[in-house]
Amino acid sequence: MTRAEELVAIHEKKTLGFWIYLMTDCVLFAALFATFAVLKNATAGGPGGSELFDLPFVLVETFVLLTSSFTIGMALLASVRGFKKQTFFWLFVTFALGVVFLSMELYEFMVLIGEGHGPQQSAFLSSYFTLVATHGIHIAVGLLWMAVVIVRLWRHNFKQTDINRLALLGLFWHFLDVIWIFIFSFVYLIGGMA
Amino acid sequence: MFDEMLKAIFGRLTLEDFIHEPIMAGAGIGMVGALVTAIIAVTFLKRWKWLWKTWLTSLDPKKIGVMYIIVSVIMLLRGFADALLIRAQQVLNGSVELLNADHFQQIFSAHGSIMIFFVGMGIIFGIFNLIIPSQIGSRDVAFPFLNSVSFWLFAAGMIIINMPMVVGEFSTAGWLAYPPLSGLEYSPGVGVDYWIWALQISGIGSLLSGINFFVTIIKMRAPGMTLMKMPIFTWSVLMSVSLIMFAFPILTVTLGLLALDRTLGMHFFTSMAGGNPMMYVNLIWAWGHPEVYILVLPAFGIFSEIVATFSKKRIFGYTSMVIALVAIAILSFTVWLHHFFTMGAGADVNTFFGIMTMVIAIPTGVKVFNWIFTMYRGTVTFKTPMLWFMGFIATFTVGGLTGVMMSVPALDFQFHNSLFLVAHFHNMIVGGVLFGAFAAFAYWFPKFTGFTLNETLGKFAFWFWIVGFLLAFIPLYILGFMGATRRLDHYDPSMGWQGLFIVAGFGVMLIGIGVLFQLLQVAYSIWKRKANMVGNDPWDGRTFEWATTSPPPEYVFATIPTVTTRDAFWEMKQSKKKHSEPEYEDIWLPKNSGAGIIIGLFAMTFGAAVVWHMWWLVIVAFIAIVVTIIIKLSDDEPDYKLSAAKVAKHELYAKLKLQEKTV
Amino acid sequence: MKKPQLDHHHSQVKYISYFVGFALSIVTTLLAYFFVVNELLPKEMLIYVVMAIAVVQLIVQLVFFLHLGRGNRWKVATFAFAVIVVLVVVIGSLWIMHNLDYNMMNMTPDQMTQYMNENEGI
Repeated sequence: MTRAEELVAIHEKKTLGFWIYLMTDCVLFAALFATFAVLKNATAGGPGGSELFDLPFVLVETFVLLTSSFTIGMALLASVRGFKKQTFFWLFVTFALGVVFLSMELYEFMVLIGEGHGPQQSAFLSSYFTLVATHGIHIAVGLLWMAVVIVRLWRHNFKQTDINRLALLGLFWHFLDVIWIFIFSFVYLIGGMA
Repeated sequence: MFDEMLKAIFGRLTLEDFIHEPIMAGAGIGMVGALVTAIIAVTFLKRWKWLWKTWLTSLDPKKIGVMYIIVSVIMLLRGFADALLIRAQQVLNGSVELLNADHFQQIFSAHGSIMIFFVGMGIIFGIFNLIIPSQIGSRDVAFPFLNSVSFWLFAAGMIIINMPMVVGEFSTAGWLAYPPLSGLEYSPGVGVDYWIWALQISGIGSLLSGINFFVTIIKMRAPGMTLMKMPIFTWSVLMSVSLIMFAFPILTVTLGLLALDRTLGMHFFTSMAGGNPMMYVNLIWAWGHPEVYILVLPAFGIFSEIVATFSKKRIFGYTSMVIALVAIAILSFTVWLHHFFTMGAGADVNTFFGIMTMVIAIPTGVKVFNWIFTMYRGTVTFKTPMLWFMGFIATFTVGGLTGVMMSVPALDFQFHNSLFLVAHFHNMIVGGVLFGAFAAFAYWFPKFTGFTLNETLGKFAFWFWIVGFLLAFIPLYILGFMGATRRLDHYDPSMGWQGLFIVAGFGVMLIGIGVLFQLLQVAYSIWKRKANMVGNDPWDGRTFEWATTSPPPEYVFATIPTVTTRDAFWEMKQSKKKHSEPEYEDIWLPKNSGAGIIIGLFAMTFGAAVVWHMWWLVIVAFIAIVVTIIIKLSDDEPDYKLSAAKVAKHELYAKLKLQEKTV
Repeated sequence: MKKPQLDHHHSQVKYISYFVGFALSIVTTLLAYFFVVNELLPKEMLIYVVMAIAVVQLIVQLVFFLHLGRGNRWKVATFAFAVIVVLVVVIGSLWIMHNLDYNMMNMTPDQMTQYMNENEGI
């Protein structure tokens, strides 16, 4: 194998390895979902999902994240076609949407905690906060990663290694949207039923 | 004012936390003393640069593998010391107070945690690193830097779990720390926190390693080596790491939730506010059962290699061996409730998991028969590795049978949490995993050092181990059957059980002599190494790791072999093909990196800081880890080139050296 | 190992994939939302409908955003095994934990707390 072929093989290994990491993250979230499902009625006399969740607000959050998944797809397509300005545009939009999503989530948390319904109140709230915050932390890591990739793309003028890294970030971001589908459906919609 | 400042800096750490009662204090001082002696020795011999460059920052899996083994052996000795104390306490049975109740509980908790996480996992990762790349005809693993990070996270966890001997205390809640005992209300001290973070940090290392070896085996096999042409050991590792990848996230979550309960006052497993401690037991065993298969499948693979090599015959029933491995891996996710049959489930749930547990014994039985059939009509030589195999067959089979007994839920109500259970799992783990490790050590030692271990001392070690083990654990089956509960530091003398405990104690002493023989064997063999040098292939092996020099060069293979059959190396030897002059190519190898050990250091700091509630240090350590990762991953030139000319020169030199040895 | 191809295959991925995926995701999200908010079905059925819609959106995103199935069989294999483990862990845990209450007279956690208070002094 030539060095050039070897470098492509390395990227293939990294892609498979990262995909597998995402699969292990699925199992991680599964354990958190299982915990939520088991404990969702354990409100210790306090409020449950139907009393606490603001579904219209969460619907907007969901659309923000979904749109960001679309925009990062646009960024990926632009990057492999060599459209540098477009790539930056779509990445900035994705980043902004991600920040909006996190801010909305933090606002939700602050409101709940302010009313005394923090994770220390009941098992239901502990599992709700932990599941949603774990997803939020993943988003935050994704945003940090996005910032580093944007800086590198700009400084090193779209080196192949950085385009490869952007592809992996895209996988990560799409995966986080998939997890959110389940949070939206199981935690908010189903968990919010009376 | 001063007090508040101290609290802000040191969290809940005070000077009192350094005071321990005599035995613990002695152990702590001994450990620190050994560490200081080692540091002084390295300084005196002026070997810091060598240590840093050749070992600590190396991304060579052969070096990382050796480091895993060294850490595991040290932890084996510590875990064994804990076992000696437990047995001594039970033999004395309160006539002399060797250990107070609290100390006894810390010791059996430490014993189990260390043996599973830092001996078992450490040994298998060590063996993976040493053997898998060369067995599949590769030079390295898929992600060399990640490999280094995994090791240093493992080492960080090892340091954290040893800290209680010096400062603070360890958990008293057993090796799995069930709540509510492990919750804040009943264990307010630092013990359980130490346990959580040692396991959490090394667990992340394990998960990353699992992904690493999976991609390695899938993507880096030599040309022509299809899955069904891989050595059985490689198959067993593929299945083991598949389990690691999908089971360890459950452990990460469960430990995380317990930490949230303890550190942020949440209510996952508390008795109040809606918590459900049984959910912890459920989740931890959903990880815990795959974990024991993670440990034992590589042992099965090791024995497959050894039996085939020492019977000079290919493994019987290759396809059924592979199917059995895959079946065991999948089934291991369907049996976990058998660890808590007595927790209150109804008959339907208990029956389902009971039947699945019986089913999983079947593929294991298939493997045992296949090993025996491999020996039939083979030319069998009983070198030390084969002795360990025979010991394994005896002990593991007994353990397996008692496992099937316990898989009947109604019977388990008698055996659960008794010494019968303790004897069962020691039969499996010692007879399976540990004997497998000892067999692997005897088998592959010459490959990585260039000289053999002394056979006589090895045989002495084996016999003391097997006799000692049987004497130490058969009495426990009897005691458990009669109703003796586990984890008690004394038993009512009027039960008449003391005789059996004394026999068991004698057995442990025989094991101790076996351990001494093992240490003696290594020391003696190193001393006499010049007289016992070997070439590439001392056992007339069947797989590719025997194709390299002993020890192998950093690049392992000058040219990657092409595979057409199973047991490819053996077939190549038989065909006696005239080897044409190979065409050498440039080889790219990973440069050293200090980022691994630095991440490990900050991870250790992070864990210890959380334990003692030093929040500022938690944040600093976390940021340091993130920054190190970003800096390291931004390096676009992680490899260096070994030119074809250099490779040719090295190969010529090795050939000449080999001719020297055989003259 | 196989010799890798030097030409990039991902230029085969088209823009249309993301547009279709985006549109379908919005539709399924709104569908689930309106079903729940307007209580169009009784609760038990509603749960299954929402679950089914979530799975549909999962497949949409897997195919149109993550391009699963195109090429790499190991991605599909590991995904399949992950799904199996996820189902075993979630469904298994729910079944087991529900069943553990079997001998506790199907009490809610609050009733259990009260029972322990009154009868066991805990």
